[in-house]
Amino acid sequence: MKTQSQSAVTEIETAPSFDVQRIREDFPILKQKVHGKPLVYLDNAATSQKPQAVIDTLTRYYVGQNANIHRGVHYLSEIATYEYEKARGKVKLFLNAADSREIIFVRGTTEGINLVKDTYGRKFIGKDDEIIISAMEHHSNIVPWQLLCEEKGAKLRVIPMNDRGELLLDEYEKLLNDRTKFISVVYVSNSLGTINPIKKIIQRAHERGIPVLVDGAQAASHLKVDVHDLDCDFFVFSGHKVFGPTGIGALYGKTKYLEQMPPYQGGGDMISSVTFEKTTYNVLPYKFEAGTPNIADVIGMGTGIDYVTGVGFEAITAYEKELLKYATEALSNIEGVRIIGTAKEKAGVISFVFGTVHAHDVGTILDQEGIAVRTGHHCTQPVMQRFGIPATARASFAFYNTIGEVDALARGLRKVKEIFGA
Amino acid sequence: MSGLNELYQELILDHNRNPRNFKKIENADKLVEGYNPLCGDHYTIYLNMDGDLIKDIGFQGAGCAISKASASMMTTAVKGVTKKEAEELFTKFHALVTRDVHDNNEANIEELGCLGALAGVAEFPARIKCASLAWHALHGALNSEGKAVVSTEDSKKD
Ligand SMILES: Cc1ncc(COP(=O)(O)O)c(C=O)c1O
Repeated sequence: MKTQSQSAVTEIETAPSFDVQRIREDFPILKQKVHGKPLVYLDNAATSQKPQAVIDTLTRYYVGQNANIHRGVHYLSEIATYEYEKARGKVKLFLNAADSREIIFVRGTTEGINLVKDTYGRKFIGKDDEIIISAMEHHSNIVPWQLLCEEKGAKLRVIPMNDRGELLLDEYEKLLNDRTKFISVVYVSNSLGTINPIKKIIQRAHERGIPVLVDGAQAASHLKVDVHDLDCDFFVFSGHKVFGPTGIGALYGKTKYLEQMPPYQGGGDMISSVTFEKTTYNVLPYKFEAGTPNIADVIGMGTGIDYVTGVGFEAITAYEKELLKYATEALSNIEGVRIIGTAKEKAGVISFVFGTVHAHDVGTILDQEGIAVRTGHHCTQPVMQRFGIPATARASFAFYNTIGEVDALARGLRKVKEIFGA
Repeated sequence: MSGLNELYQELILDHNRNPRNFKKIENADKLVEGYNPLCGDHYTIYLNMDGDLIKDIGFQGAGCAISKASASMMTTAVKGVTKKEAEELFTKFHALVTRDVHDNNEANIEELGCLGALAGVAEFPARIKCASLAWHALHGALNSEGKAVVSTEDSKKD
């Protein structure tokens, strides 16, 4: 029989740097079988799974803390308000923002971008002004700006990319001019996996005093985000992609901009006084949070952030890099697979086409093997047009995915080949 | 046959590889574009009518194996039939692919001829739209003058 100290020593020696099996234990959904096979969840770019801690937080809130916030003197309201504001503090630390007042809760990335478009955009962007986005934006970072351009007579300019799915910075610099009033770019592409040189993009913009919004929907679960270091003016992400609940997200904005912006929606909580003649608006961040917010999911998002920071981004980034490398090799070894998005800097996303087999058919066959991938255009139709393809299949990883699951994906793709004789 | 093998049976794979009536008809009486904005499947269907009779039909476009095979089979099924007969086939086909696979009513496959090969789609709810895209487009074409566009998301139909 081993003594206590002996076994401790062997544990340290044999412990892998990243214990993925232990992490998987925290995600109850991963134990599930789908069509009789173990679930292989590779659709994390669409939404991530939730650890038990997040599920417990939601239950605990509704079982023992539920009340409206900021408007009661009673016990439950104080607890709910405390938990809600504590979550704001967690988001602030998560993004390394200077001040909790710079964190505004929204429904998600989409609403965050629309908020900035409706407030900052409507006030400061006018006729013949120009807004720059990139060729790899999600529709949620294209359409709001198109709407604004239509409304104001402004123009949308697009930073092009090369065949690997990397933005062309030279072209970006050529787009910058005196009419450029706003830049909105994605940090990590959801359909290509590219990690964009966002800091450089921001520096060039700031040389001309142009504010930059960063769509951090994909970045937030893969990279340590530091809005101070990036010096971005706005940053948005969705809780559901960072192991938190759906229907909640956050917008970070620099105080100097938030203060100049008109309110987003009118209602309760966003005012400090109302008469029929005049209303004065509440201070930041409440000016932008009209009505009863999504209290439970804000608190749940806070727990999701605790979870991911507990695992640690250093470990996550290193592990996901290995996983991506292994998966890229495994898929490249399958005849007919062409990976779309081969940037040097990539996060755990592999989009691919498979011979003449349509992505949808690939998705259906993989699903029968218990493997969840996304198929289609991934809300990035211009990316599909750029590469001249109708759709891709996409495997996107989280830190709870394993090498074994990548092998299952490769086996699944061989099955596709069998069926289609591709 | 297991679900997957039934879905991707040889007849369907064959229509996918070698779609029938895969042609553009110049100066067609009717032309309709059918697309599924969710997955990018996109087909154009060309019709030449002789009164109520579908004299000639062709289609072009791209999409998954199910949508393409279904479009191809549809063209073979409706060429030479009347508008009314085509609409009846659509109704039967729609009932076939949207039937509840859990109740034990045998699908009425016989009267649908080769279209019956798509019966397996009913087990894959996400793919019903693929199988019915071309049919919705045909229905749109038969009920409009000249050109029309039909989207699977117009009225959330499947
Ligand atoms: C890069 C990117 N931007 C924006 C979004 C929109 O996020 P949400 O749907 O959570 O608002 C997504 C999610 O699909 C995304 O991947």
